[in-house]
Amino acid sequence: MAEIKVDVRGQTCPVPLVEMRKALRKAEQGDVIEMIGTHPASKKEIPMAANALSVKIISDEQIGNEWKIRLQK
Amino acid sequence: MSEKTTIIVHSGDLDKIYSALIVANGSLAMGMEASLYFTFWGLLRLKKGGLDQGPLSKMHMLGLGKLMIKNRMKKANVASLDKLIADFRELGGKIIACEMTMEIMGLKRADLNEGIIDDYGAVGTYIQEARDSSITLFI
Repeated sequence: MAEIKVDVRGQTCPVPLVEMRKALRKAEQGDVIEMIGTHPASKKEIPMAANALSVKIISDEQIGNEWKIRLQK
Repeated sequence: MSEKTTIIVHSGDLDKIYSALIVANGSLAMGMEASLYFTFWGLLRLKKGGLDQGPLSKMHMLGLGKLMIKNRMKKANVASLDKLIADFRELGGKIIACEMTMEIMGLKRADLNEGIIDDYGAVGTYIQEARDSSITLFI
């Protein structure tokens, strides 16, 4: 199981969501995707998308103006 | 109803092309399918090198407004239309060109950016795409 890092700091709508989906499509079952970003709306929309895609959210945290969301395919 | 978004891209205005591509990419990112049907002024954006050549729908001011908005978009780090189209296609989105518009505007397939067009069709093609779509928009 690989761990894939996706850095979307400084990126705005719709890039964080799109990069999440691209990473998920490339990932193998069981792979972990760690996303780091700053776009505020994506902090709540990435978990929304993960739920819609039935992808597990391992953790979801905010540190200063950065958020880190870990997903498992 | 399937989880699909179908958009008629009628306007060729820069801001509206952004709206269409952002909604379409958001749909794909959230697990839906998406199709874009380019017609009329929208179709001109599929001409070779034409994607970002549209005016602003408001405050274009002979191109000055567009320059200002493009500048502000750059500062806000908004993705380019080229990236949005590439992502749209990578995530399985479909682009359809309206053949009647091609006839009206005197455009041949060779005039268009054929590499990004999945299908050429008329209203029937659009209806086939839209009849099962839970989201349909006219932009």
